[in-house]
Formats: sequence, structure tokens, C-alpha cells
Amino acid sequence: MLININLNGKNVRSEADPDLLLIDWVRAQGCYSVKRGCETSNCGLCTVFLEDKPVLSCSVLAVRADGKRVVTLEGIQEEGAEFGAFIADQGAEQCGFCNPGLVMNALALFRENPNPSEEEIREYLAGNLCRCSGYEGQMRGIRAYLEWKYGKSHMENEG
Amino acid sequence: MKTVNKPVRKKDAMQLLTGQPVYTDDIAPANCLIVKLLRSPHASALVRKIRKDIALKVPGIEAIYTWEDIPQDQRRFTLAGQTYPEASPYDRLLLDRRVRYVGDPVAIVAGADEKCVDRALSLIKVEYEVLEPVLDFRKALDYPVLVHPEENWESLSRVGADNRRNLCAHDVSSEGDIDQVLSECDVVLDRVYHTKACQQTMMETFRTFCSIDAYGRLHVVSSTQIVFHCRRIIANALQIPKSMVRVSKPRIGGGFGAKQTAVSEIYPAFVTWKTKKPSKIVFSREESMTASTPRHEMEMHVRIGAMKDGHIRGIDLYTLSNTGAYGEHGPTTVGLSGHKSIPLYGRTEAFRFVSDVVYTNVMSAGAYRGYGATQGLFAVESAVNELATELHMDPVSLREKNIVREGDVMPAYYGQINTSCALDRCLARVKEMIRWEEKYPAKDMGNGRVRSVGMGMAMQGSGISGVDVGSATLKLGDEGTYCLVIGAADMGTGCDTILAQIAAEVLECEMEDITVFGADTDASPYDSGSYASSTTYVTGKAVEQCAYKLRQKICHLGAELLACKDEQVEFDGKTVRMMNRIADTGTSGSKEEEKPQNREAERSVSLKEIATASMCGNEISLEASYTHSSPISPPPFMVGAAEIEVDLLTGEVSVLDYAAVVDCGTPVNPNLARVQAEGGIVQGIGMALTENITYDDKGRVLENSLMQYKIPTRTDIGNIRVEFESSYEEAGPFGAKSIGEVVINTPLPAIADAVYNATGLRFYELPITPEQIAMGIARRKKQQDERVNSATGKITVR
Repeated sequence: MLININLNGKNVRSEADPDLLLIDWVRAQGCYSVKRGCETSNCGLCTVFLEDKPVLSCSVLAVRADGKRVVTLEGIQEEGAEFGAFIADQGAEQCGFCNPGLVMNALALFRENPNPSEEEIREYLAGNLCRCSGYEGQMRGIRAYLEWKYGKSHMENEG
Repeated sequence: MKTVNKPVRKKDAMQLLTGQPVYTDDIAPANCLIVKLLRSPHASALVRKIRKDIALKVPGIEAIYTWEDIPQDQRRFTLAGQTYPEASPYDRLLLDRRVRYVGDPVAIVAGADEKCVDRALSLIKVEYEVLEPVLDFRKALDYPVLVHPEENWESLSRVGADNRRNLCAHDVSSEGDIDQVLSECDVVLDRVYHTKACQQTMMETFRTFCSIDAYGRLHVVSSTQIVFHCRRIIANALQIPKSMVRVSKPRIGGGFGAKQTAVSEIYPAFVTWKTKKPSKIVFSREESMTASTPRHEMEMHVRIGAMKDGHIRGIDLYTLSNTGAYGEHGPTTVGLSGHKSIPLYGRTEAFRFVSDVVYTNVMSAGAYRGYGATQGLFAVESAVNELATELHMDPVSLREKNIVREGDVMPAYYGQINTSCALDRCLARVKEMIRWEEKYPAKDMGNGRVRSVGMGMAMQGSGISGVDVGSATLKLGDEGTYCLVIGAADMGTGCDTILAQIAAEVLECEMEDITVFGADTDASPYDSGSYASSTTYVTGKAVEQCAYKLRQKICHLGAELLACKDEQVEFDGKTVRMMNRIADTGTSGSKEEEKPQNREAERSVSLKEIATASMCGNEISLEASYTHSSPISPPPFMVGAAEIEVDLLTGEVSVLDYAAVVDCGTPVNPNLARVQAEGGIVQGIGMALTENITYDDKGRVLENSLMQYKIPTRTDIGNIRVEFESSYEEAGPFGAKSIGEVVINTPLPAIADAVYNATGLRFYELPITPEQIAMGIARRKKQQDERVNSATGKITVR
């Protein structure tokens, strides 16, 4: 069937089988940042924004996005790089395969809650698995980013 | 040092963090045939008949291959990425009429898209003759049923293998009279430990694409740690000359040893070689969990003897390892269970280490970070922790008395001298970090929860001594920048970056001035590959030496441009300069004083000018190659301590804090070394507490997805704190040893002992699940109640 999706600010009309998953559709459009790490909605690698909300694109049919806005990391490169630099400064990107999903979901968290506590960060990102970093470096990067973005007092208040 | 030991960013960091298409499946041509495998539902069976005619009619299907397409009497091969002649037996065929585990490939299907391939897979009709499988690895040796009864099974190395006994390897090593020494000990502990076939679970599953190049050769692009071994394995599998195969790797989404075995490569390679069309295979997570190359399940029988004063006098270890259906890494992993656990105890007078590796009808095991040391250290370190209890000693004090020290000869480590070792400092520092004195053994929180601590030590190697080869090529390019070409594989570890740091240190240049290329069998200098904790230590040394060699060449061309001798110039990273004292000879001093600035300009040539000059009328190659192998494998050391909280009602264990101190020699990049350690620790925590492997009675792995196989999430772990206590390894580049593997080992014994300290329950098998703890507590309570009841009963009778 014919679907019309606004992908990273551009309208894309395409034919899609009813069982086509959103992850396969965005990859077919060249958005290779979107990765598949499992078949059971556990890993978080395929996170994209659907109408500004983070979703697992492996668990959404492409036709579900018909007439809606989809944003992948390709569509928010500057914002992604601004935050990503803090992960890079910890060396916590490691193999990088989980990075796009993490960056997307972390940005979604910051948009929803620019002042998250340690607990809220861990809870929100619990579905973003990483096998390399042990999460500590990512957490350091996130804290450093929030401190830089919103000021030192911000994190202290949260303490 | 200017660049080494600095926390510089990984060279590819921002590309990865912004999601650029740099992994295998991102760069595979769009017209690739999709390759999938039909897998056996039986643990042991013969394919009696296989019908593919209906499946071949599915529109889009290009080819279907079965055992009938593979000569069953051809030379077998191994998928293990090891130096030839491999220790792993040649026991595989591309498709074998005999299937040996649930998941063993029965047919290869290639078609235009996933849908048609999936449809064809469902239409292939296979008739099996189901055979009795060997599922209990404790009974496998000399079992009447053989996993590999075939005539063309072959063991290339002397590892004590015998397929007629289901034996993949057998070894004995010892020093001193262990039975005599143990008989003299005040306390001898005799315990059996069991660890399971845990999964590496790298986020990027196995994947490969292939095409035919302009010369008719097979070009294999794969997510692999071992491009050169892969070339040999693929050529062996396809029975084609090795010169017809080129293997390259793009970015890799994690390996942890999984990609030290050619799990996915041979299937699309075969399809492309036959059809001459590009093809690709991408393993599903389920395939990666059920038909891959996990850790060897091991059972370890430890006898450890000590005197009342805590002097550990002897360790006797027997390891039984389960290699599964095929022998990948079977003969080699088992060795580490003893040779990288026993040597931690430097005051012993005797040791014995015996091992058997057996075939069974479960998925073949392989290489996983720690490579047998993880299993052995769980056993030996747990035994030492229990010994401390028996001796009424603090486990840290017991270690302080017994640990191996720098300069010691290590009989159980092939007699190697402990050339660099800060294990004593690691131990002391961990004790402070976790506040051991205050927290050991446990504290009842009064709310049904108990907090406790536990510790463990670890060592590993730095490459395989006398075997692993590391190489580097450095070339000077336009504008005085360098290209470092390697055959080692950066799988997220950051080796491209740390090797560039080593080169930059020697060449006195900026990190930005070095680009790194690797790895490609056609272009890279030979390297065994990235495994066995070899890259920093072995390849790193090659890079260091290569950079010195290139410096000489730069000086040589510089001297020629300055019309002087090589000995007359020096290079500071930017400029080759004629040294004054030599320059003065033969020239008039007065003249020099007249125009000092002009003289200065005349006497130096910039690196940029040298690079430019090298491309015009030049006969001096500004390219250097260096190949290195090390006769020793200096161990990195580590001590870790866990603080946990146990809920006595539910048995749930929370790791609140993990303090660890690593001696990896000089950390070339402290950030990357730290993250290696943190990542390894969390993998170890997973193995200790949540990552379980169970089979049904047919030999099927039940944990076949991330839903069942529970790797830690970020809510499952508390704080991980890592520090470094560095020794200096003279044989390593700038004093460095390895870091990649040692880091996974300590949580297993540390957490197991912390659980004991909290609950009084000893666990000899991993993972330690909440159910086991809760049931253990309930069982003990019941026993106590019964004792009380019978005791009170007696009183009433009286």
C-alpha cells in the first residue's frame, strides 16, 4: 500500500507491504543509523522518534507511521553530535553499535525532563542495552553533558 | 610522554555516535542475495533425504545447497581463528550429512529477498534418521555413542585428541609432588565448580557479505576479529586457493571473542563463489544465541592445601571442558583454566593441572573474553575464599601472604618469570576502596536485607607467547601526514586509536596527523588478529618499532635533501635539522656567524617538504613495516571486590558497588582502559548472577533471545569504580600489557563469596539465581526447625 511519511523533515511517498516494519523502511530510505540488535524488543538499538516520541522501530509497522513524522539520528545530527561528544570524551562509545539508539533515547529524555535524577536516567534508558561499556562511562558522559548544558548547580540540586 | 597514557578520544568516536553507515550491513550492496540457513531440529541425526525441488520454485530463489553439494570425504576444517596448524581439530564440513546439535546447518538458501528465502526454508522437506545424542558432558568421554565417528576427522596438533573417545583434547602438567604436599597440609579443601556456556552477546550479531572482484577473486567483507585466519578458513571450506580469497573488515559492533571464529563467513562465501553474485548473511539474535560460539562449559575439581598459618602449599586442578559439537578453541581454552589461575599463588610448592575436553551434541563452544581463565579463576579463587573461612582468616590477608610477586618464577605459567607485577598494590588499594576492614564480612540491615562484601583476583596473558604475530606499516603521505596500516581488528576496543597513539609518541606528531587503515588481507601486513589480549602488547610493539624505522627513513631522505649524512641530522617530528656540531665541521665559523638565520634555514627541511620531495624523482621509500612476536606473555593482574545486598526473602542480589584495580602496565589510553574494565566487570556480574544457559531434554538451548538470556541492564548494576596500579613491562610498548580480557574475571568469585558472607550459603555453580538463594535459605530454615523440633521432642519424652 502507498504510505506517506515525513522522514527527517522530508515527505517520502512509498509502497509498503502491510507487514513491513518501520526499522526496515527507514533503513531502506538510507537511515542506516537505525540498528537491529534483537527480535524481541529488548535492546533499544532501533529507537526513532515517531511524532516526537521515542519508539522501537522494530515493533512498529511502517504503515502505522503513515501521515506521521519520523525522525532518526540522521535528522538531528547537530543535536546528536553535541551530546555524543560527551560520550566520546569518556571513550564510552566503544563498538558504537548501540550508540544511535542510546543517543536518540537520551535526547528524548532530555527533551521530556532536562533535569533528570540518576535514578530517572537509569530508568528511562533501561531498555538501551550495551555490552561493551558497562554503562558507567555512558552515565559519566550523560552527567557531564547535563552539567555543561544546564550548569553545575543543576546537577547538584538534583543530587 | 606526550600522547601515550593520555585519554584521547577514539578516532572513530563521532562517526559512531552520530550513526554513520560504517558497519557490515550498512555498506553491503543493495543487490546482495539474501542467504539463510535451514537448521537441524535434532541434536544428533543423519539427513536421510532432503527435497528442495518445491522450495526452488519459489520466485526469487537463486540456489539451495545441501550436503549433496559438498563432497563428504573432502578434508575437514575448523572455524577457529588460530595460527596454523590450529590446535582445534579439523572436524567440520560446510554442510554435513550428519548433524550434531540443534541448529547445525542442513541447507543454505539464497534468494532475492528475505521473504522468498523464508518461504523456501519452510518448503524444504528433510527426512532425518534421529540418533541418540550425547548430552551429558560428564559422561561423554568413552561414551558408546560418538559425536565424530567419521574417518576424515583430523587433529593437526598434538593436543591428545581422539575422536573415537569423544575426546577433543587432553593434557597434564605438574611441578613437584602434589599428593605428597597436600598430604602434609593442615587443611585441604576439595571442591567442584561448574560454569556454563555463556554468550558474548555483542550487540551486532554475526554478519558477512561477499562479492567477486575484478580479478575473479572472492571478496569477503565481514564483522570479524581475524581477517587473515578467515582467509584460510574460507579457502579450506570452499576448497579453493587462498590467493583467491580477500577478507576485509569494516567497523565491528562488538566481538568479545565471538568473532574470533568464522561463524557466518563460509555460507555467503560459498553462495557467491558458486553463483558469482554478491550475497550476504545476517544472523538473527536467535541464531546468535543458539548456533554460534559461546564460552566453554566447564567443571573444575579443585584441591587446595594450606597450613594453619595460611601458607598455601599446593593446588591440584582437574578441568572437564565441554566443546560441544565441534572443537573450536576446545584444546586451547581449557589450558587457561589452570595456567592462568594457579600462578596467582606464588608460594606454592607443587601443582598439578589435568584437563579433558569432550565432544557433546550441543552448540559448539568457542572464544569468549577470558578464554578459560574466567572459568578457572572462578574455581580457584572461590576455593581460596572458602579456604580463608576454613582457616578463620580474612580472604585479603590470606592473599597477602600468598600472592605471586614481581620477579617470581611461575611454574604453572610455563615457567615464565613474572616480569612486571603490581598485584600486591592492586590488593592493597581495592581493600581501601571498598573499605574492606569495615564491611567484611556482612552487615544485617535489619529489614530482611544483608549487605556483604567479597573479593577475587585475576590474571590473563598478553598475546600467545611465541605464536602471535603483530605487524604494522607506516607511510608518510602528502603534507607530512601518516597512514598506519594494521591487520589487527578494532572491534570497538579502540585499538586503531591506541596504536595511533603509540605511533604518534614515537613520531612526535599529533593524533590528527595519523590515519589508520585496517584490516584487509590484501593491504594489511600480516597480523594474527585481535584476540588473546594481544593487540596492545604485540601489535603495539610492532607499531612502536615500525615508527622508529620510519623516523630513520625520514631522516635519510631529509639528510639527502640537506646534502649531508644521516648521522648529521635529527628529527623533532616537524623538521629534519642538520646538527650544529657536525655542521660546523668543514665550514668556516666566521661565515656562519655572519648570517645565522639564513644558515638555520638552509640547514633544515620540514616534514612537509620531505613528503613533497618523496613524490618527485625520489628513490627512498618513506614506508616502513615491522613485524613482532613476543617470546613471553606478561600477565596483567587485577583485584576486584563487590559489595552486594541480598534480600533474604526473595533471594535477590543487588550489586551496590564494585571496586577494582588493574595492573595492565602503562594504560596507553586511560579512558579506553577504564571502559574496557567497566564493561568486563559488568559482563562478569552477568555471568555470576543472571546469564543462565539451560537445555531441554532434546538438547535445545532455552535461552534463545535477549528476553531469556539476561545480560545486565543499567538498572541492574550499582557503581563500578576502576583504578590503575601500573607496573612497567619492559617488553611492551611504553611499558604496556594487555587489558581486554583480564577485566571479566574477578566478579565471579567476588560475588559468589559475597553471597556466602551474606547468607552462609556456598554456591559452586553459576549463575547464582534468586531462586537458588531463596530456596537455600528456606531449606536451611527447615533443617534448623526440624533440629529444634526433634530436640524439643526429646526433651518432652524425657
